[in-house]
Amino acid sequence: MIMIFGVPGPLLFGQLLLGLINGAFYAMLSLGLAVIFGMLNIINFAHGALFMMGAFAAWMLLQYGGIGYFPALILAPLIIGAFGILLEKTLIRHMYKLDHLYGLLLTFGMSLVIEGLFRNYYGSSGLPYQIPSILDGATNLGFMYLPIYRGWVVVAAMVVCFATWAILEKTPLGATLRAATENAQLVQAFGVDVPRVITLTFGGGVALAAFAGVLAAPIYSVNPDMGDSFINTVFAVVVIGGMGSILGAILTGFGLGVIEGLTKVFWPQASATVVFVVMVIVLLTMPRGLFGRRA
Amino acid sequence: MFGFSPAQFKGFVLMVVLIAVLPLIGVYPIFLMRVLCMALFACAFNLMIGYVGLLSFGHAAFFGMGSYIAAWTIKYWHVDAVVAIFLGGLTGAVLGLCLGYLAIRRSGIYFAMITLALAQMVYFFCNEAPFTGGEDGIQQVPRGHLFGVINLNHDMAMYWVVAAIFIAGFLLIHRIIHSPFGQVLKAIRENEQRATSLGYRTDDYKLIAFILSSMLAGVAGGTKAIVFGIATLTDVHYSTSGEVVLTTLLGGLGTVFGPVVGATVVTGMENYLAQFGSWVTVTQGAIFMICVLAFRRGIVGEIGAALKLRL
Repeated sequence: MIMIFGVPGPLLFGQLLLGLINGAFYAMLSLGLAVIFGMLNIINFAHGALFMMGAFAAWMLLQYGGIGYFPALILAPLIIGAFGILLEKTLIRHMYKLDHLYGLLLTFGMSLVIEGLFRNYYGSSGLPYQIPSILDGATNLGFMYLPIYRGWVVVAAMVVCFATWAILEKTPLGATLRAATENAQLVQAFGVDVPRVITLTFGGGVALAAFAGVLAAPIYSVNPDMGDSFINTVFAVVVIGGMGSILGAILTGFGLGVIEGLTKVFWPQASATVVFVVMVIVLLTMPRGLFGRRA
Repeated sequence: MFGFSPAQFKGFVLMVVLIAVLPLIGVYPIFLMRVLCMALFACAFNLMIGYVGLLSFGHAAFFGMGSYIAAWTIKYWHVDAVVAIFLGGLTGAVLGLCLGYLAIRRSGIYFAMITLALAQMVYFFCNEAPFTGGEDGIQQVPRGHLFGVINLNHDMAMYWVVAAIFIAGFLLIHRIIHSPFGQVLKAIRENEQRATSLGYRTDDYKLIAFILSSMLAGVAGGTKAIVFGIATLTDVHYSTSGEVVLTTLLGGLGTVFGPVVGATVVTGMENYLAQFGSWVTVTQGAIFMICVLAFRRGIVGEIGAALKLRL
């Protein structure tokens, strides 16, 4: 058996993989938060609840409609994204003229309502969601066994993150969006329907969270609190990365996941807190975050 | 003397009379003690959001740690209840110094997220640390005898102690707000750069306010632990931070009596809805949304606006 720093290789690589998977979720969620914050100036506290709804949407599609994993990977983000648009149109848009803190409080209230309702109807014990048979099983990489589904999650998350980055940085649509983030009034004067751009941005960010939720469904049991356990860490990730940069959110998310995984190998008790310790160090040395810009 | 306006003074007298009379006319003292603990907690929180303009989403850390320390010292060191509550407040203050020192580096929305994250770290610490008893918490905490004489196992004796602590805390906060120090805090809330240009070290002011706020949150937590004889992970969980935000928002941010009214309504509602399980959370969330969308001044704020009074 290979030993690395006195740790058996398979254990180290196994935890690294788990770290990468957690990092994939951090990246997708903090990416959505950053995009939404850029456009709406709102920290979406309900992001974790919407992530959970994505997982539930996949479960319901299978349970009630017999629709499998791969269609759900497209359908669930669309459904939850549409729900997000509805939320933006009816509730969140009243927050734009107010202090940012009210947006945080409103979305916090939303997350309580959503999670409470799901807990009422589905309990908190969790519902199983099978790994699709094509992604089931494991493959031997020589130095470790890789469960195929876990590898798939990392790859899918990277592709989606990269696609989001490419859309925002390399397409005319992304250029409009970034311009509207910088100066909404000016962009509106050029004839762009900024309120619609805002609505669609929120929908997009929510769809990203829902996509992450579907990916998470077979790994974690589908339960109303699954977003809860992520969202606090994701906030720390956002503080560490700063919300100025898309690529920054992605890198910070994956990076912190890996750091968390490594900590689990060398000092398991500290693994839950290591992200927060990193946050403290970053706050002490560069208060605007690793990729933050001056406000 | 404490800087009360005439209307506020009337309100204060009414509040004290209610605190004195309600248990005598048959309102359950345990319920009233819960209200008073929550009210002190919310008043402490209001000191930050209402007068410095910083929303802390991590006040459960101070409340919960105060609760753990008070419960632990009274159970294992057999200290007097007052000493235990004092130690709870001290713990809150020390923790407030550490967390506040980090959090005041940013303001606005980042301050909220940083306090939330730091409090989450405290939560994970409490989950792992041996002295908190993990999932079970610290149970069967004895109330003991106050000053070795007054038997606190009588609910009414305990009630008067809690009432005295609450009123002392309430007056302290009021005094702080109306001191020259408090005026500087309000100046920072209105325009931090201007306060800096006038020569105030705004970070120091914010940090001291944060420490005072977390100390009182620790006192509230310690008192709660002794009243109910239990300190658990729920006290440090971020849902408790959310609850104190809700309490203060519903009562009225930045009003003197808002947190007290909010605590009464929220605790009463929890009491009434407890049998319906998760509906408590749903109702709390719905109230949050209604407050933010339509009712931002809160109950006391709206009453004050209608009567053209500062309450």
